[in-house]
Amino acid sequence: MTTSAFSIVHFEFLCWAALWTIGLSAIALVGGSLLGFVIALARISSNKSLRWASSLYIQLVQGTPLLVLLFLLYYGIAVFVGPTIPSIVAAGAGLTIYASGFLAEIWRGCIEAVPKSQWEAAECLALRRSQRMVHVILPQALRIATPPTVGFVVQVVKNTSLASVIGFIELAQAGKLINNSIFEPFTVFVVVAAIYFGICFPLSAWSRTLERTLNVADR
Amino acid sequence: MSPIVKLTDVHKYFGTYKVLEGVTFEVPRGGVAAIIGQSGSGKSTALRCINALEAIQGGTIDVCGHAIQDPELNRRALRCDVGMVFQSYNLFPHLTVEQNIMLAPTCVKLMRKPQARDLAHQVLAQVGLAEKAEHYPEQLSGGQQQRVAIARSLAMKPKLMLFDEVTSALDPQLTGEVLKVMEELARGGMTMILVTHEMAFARKVASQVIYMHKGTVWETGSGTMLDSPRTAELRSFVNNGL
Repeated sequence: MTTSAFSIVHFEFLCWAALWTIGLSAIALVGGSLLGFVIALARISSNKSLRWASSLYIQLVQGTPLLVLLFLLYYGIAVFVGPTIPSIVAAGAGLTIYASGFLAEIWRGCIEAVPKSQWEAAECLALRRSQRMVHVILPQALRIATPPTVGFVVQVVKNTSLASVIGFIELAQAGKLINNSIFEPFTVFVVVAAIYFGICFPLSAWSRTLERTLNVADR
Repeated sequence: MSPIVKLTDVHKYFGTYKVLEGVTFEVPRGGVAAIIGQSGSGKSTALRCINALEAIQGGTIDVCGHAIQDPELNRRALRCDVGMVFQSYNLFPHLTVEQNIMLAPTCVKLMRKPQARDLAHQVLAQVGLAEKAEHYPEQLSGGQQQRVAIARSLAMKPKLMLFDEVTSALDPQLTGEVLKVMEELARGGMTMILVTHEMAFARKVASQVIYMHKGTVWETGSGTMLDSPRTAELRSFVNNGL
């Protein structure tokens, strides 16, 4: 073996890059949750144009590859605002939009999965629409929403790898950089894959546990 | 005595299907009206129209001074006057019994929590479940859940209570404990309209029995009307029920 074999230094670099993967996922999830929640509410609003606009947004986001969205934000926007925007901003914004489009639809389904009779009972107690939502519907929708939401987090973590195409150094991009210098693709990418797995597996295991313990099908 | 509920020539369609075809009846203050009839006779729909859960296409309904057919109807004011209990209880599963009852008084009447809690215990005692305040609905039997649902409505101090087949999901023993609570309410002077299959209860407790058939009030009278029906339809309905 040569001195440029895969070493602890490379592994440290990958771990550091994995923190960016986690950080980018966190940005996408916080931003995507806030935006997605508002859009989910708009989707079930009594206002027709709000419903229409939010539905269009979801269709656009779900019908566009994340990769294209990232290119558009990174290169496309730069045409109008001058020098390129930082890749973390473009990647954060792109993943936020992506997550919001999917979370909105997941959560709309969860809110609508609360039986109509619960709305009716709350209505018969003279609660206004917002009170019905906050005190009766959302707490029950939350239980239903937890397993699929955690499941979706796994998708977000894996899709942060696409941010590498706009020069953001996260786990996948770091693997590529190391491989460019030492050319041991098998070793490098097995380690990269293992780190992704180490982040995602606990999440999907947790999602399955939640599905069992929350036992939503019975409610 | 002036009526607390008055339906006049009420028509209701689901698409082209006529559910109610000119329903007219009234219930005086303190009256107990039992609506009976086959499935599909429109009795539950009539009850839901009284609480503005269904829109009507013709006629008028006056409930405690609220004109239900009015597009400007203040639904929240209506629901403060009218309590409703359903066949499937519809308790809020994520809240304890006490929280289920406290929700509307604190949200709608802006009652403070300690007062609302006292009120909850008071209405729970009324339905014989004072010791279940801290339980969650799923920890209770069907009969107990239904009594909590009644207590939850009572906490809003309604002028009128609507019961939509509230014992249909219960076995005979649990039915008995719910009917007992309802009988006590009736004796206490509560105005009630109930859609029911419990003929014995209708005969004993109701001041007025309304037999609905094909979307109209086919025959109406006191509880004893069930012993000597005037129409062939009611006669066959009563005989099948025995």
